[in-house]
Amino acid sequence: MSATTGGGAAAAGAPPPPAQTPRQDARPGVPSSSRPAWRRALASSPAYMAVVLLVLVAIFSLLAPDTFPTAANGRNVLTDVAVLLVMAVGTTYVLVAGGFDLSQGSVLVFSGVAAAKTMEALGGQGAGTVLVGVAVGLLAGTAWGAVNGLVITKLGVPALITTLGSTGAALGAAQLLSNGTDVRSVPDALISVAVQRPLTLSWLVWVAALVALVGGLVLATTRYGRHTQLIGSNAESARRAGIAVDRHTASLYVLNGALAGLAGLMSLTRFATTTISGHTTDGLQVITGVVLGGTSLFGGAGTVIGTVIGMFIPGVLNNGFVVLNVQAFWQQVAVGVVLVVAVYVDQLKRRRRNAA
Amino acid sequence: MLLEARGVHKAYGHVQVLHGVDFEAEAGQVTALIGDNGAGKSTLVKILSGALAPDAGELSLHDRRVRLTSPEHARSLGVETVYQDLALAPELGPAENVFAGRELLRPGLLGRLGVLDKKTMRARAQEAFTSMGTDVKDLDAAVAALSGGQRQSVAICRAVMWAKDLVFLDEPTAALGVRQTGKVLELVRRVADSGVGVVLISHNMTEVLEVADSVQVLRLGRRVAKLPARGTTVADLVGAMTGALDTPLTDARDDERTDQRAAR
Repeated sequence: MSATTGGGAAAAGAPPPPAQTPRQDARPGVPSSSRPAWRRALASSPAYMAVVLLVLVAIFSLLAPDTFPTAANGRNVLTDVAVLLVMAVGTTYVLVAGGFDLSQGSVLVFSGVAAAKTMEALGGQGAGTVLVGVAVGLLAGTAWGAVNGLVITKLGVPALITTLGSTGAALGAAQLLSNGTDVRSVPDALISVAVQRPLTLSWLVWVAALVALVGGLVLATTRYGRHTQLIGSNAESARRAGIAVDRHTASLYVLNGALAGLAGLMSLTRFATTTISGHTTDGLQVITGVVLGGTSLFGGAGTVIGTVIGMFIPGVLNNGFVVLNVQAFWQQVAVGVVLVVAVYVDQLKRRRRNAA
Repeated sequence: MLLEARGVHKAYGHVQVLHGVDFEAEAGQVTALIGDNGAGKSTLVKILSGALAPDAGELSLHDRRVRLTSPEHARSLGVETVYQDLALAPELGPAENVFAGRELLRPGLLGRLGVLDKKTMRARAQEAFTSMGTDVKDLDAAVAALSGGQRQSVAICRAVMWAKDLVFLDEPTAALGVRQTGKVLELVRRVADSGVGVVLISHNMTEVLEVADSVQVLRLGRRVAKLPARGTTVADLVGAMTGALDTPLTDARDDERTDQRAAR
């Protein structure tokens, strides 16, 4: 090839006649991959966090062998995590796409209040009332998600500010709807759902598991998931590749709102009341868990399996401290430390990679 | 003629950037486009790749007049552009980048559900990287972990995979060291040898003479020279770029080259 000879520029510049051009076909010996898949999986953030989780479980099991590693306590942890996990799956998508959504705790409360108020107004204790309430709750969450998505993509307001605004607005609107007091009249049909335990686990856990499974598969294996990653990694290149970036981004906030609505219904089912004041830190807890699970705050990378692991770390810590009679406030301290350390380790890896 | 532009005019406000530029590119050839800063290179390329509409002038592809409305339109006609910033997604791998926005789906029901055919995409990306002789080896590594030259190779291979006819390369070696520049230039040559037309925008005249078949020089919004690379020296190009020598359009040499090609 003329380019490699690098002799006199003028001489090398002439295109060689075809007869003298050796066709360089497939170069042999190019390995397709340098590391096997399982090695790569082990080096990933979710794997580190899974080890951390196992260590936590082991420590608590040793310290409280009679109370921590029991089926009843396991169910407690699962049910605690279920509501947050549903929101965390949506937030994984939003963060992978390079966005941010703080508003889920408030949207959860608004959806729960909207559903409870509707069911209260309808009266009746049966399944029909509950179905209408479920539809209203999901719609309310979806609507807040649509507002977030449109403000972010059409008006160009940064996601952090937009969702900070809707965090306040949704909570305020919920309190306006309920006059500031929790709605306590929940139909019997809904309460009966809460006590059922198909296959030993509560419906809440099964719903969360289904959301995580579908969410994980869509993110990892479908075009929708791939476009989410591409947008988060480089929005401009996604645009040039013909992806409808604004529409896709808006759809992610809608999805996240709908999942917050679903979480609101789950919370209503579990507590049989709207728990208005109990969700002010949900948004942050969700983001903490998602980031612990290896999803990048800068977009482009993240998995739902990581999120599942990441959500269980605060859940297990909290439960373990309660079982050990340690003040629950320690859980907040511990999660804070783990979060900062996890992101620091992630940054180190990123820097090393970029230096290579 | 693969791509032909006649009398392209473009003004930004009161500033006339292009004054009736002509440009031609042929299949299987590397056509270099050079010019000093502000000569109008990038404006011309934006017009030719559909990113910018000209004020006047006509374009034809395969001797048929076209009016490009967007880069997507140009791409649908087989014209791809590799921008200087490469537009790669750093967190994703080379194969994912090659198929960005053009993902293949699994056959059957899974495909209708939007499930990706990762295996085929990977195999086809691998095939493209290998047949183009690039040194992109690790398809599992994120693009951010690749060297500058490898990233450039990924971007060029992506363009070539989808370009049926023509690829614009905007300063592909500007950020590279000597060794990687050599590799990318080899790749550029191989792309042209595969039958695709390549338009190479560059500052580096030595490089241009090394790899191009013909060189078209812009100065102050006009094409001032069209030279075959063979027999042209850096001094000729500098002269044309700065206006020190006023080279007439060398159509005579052009004809001579056409004859040579016919004789092959």
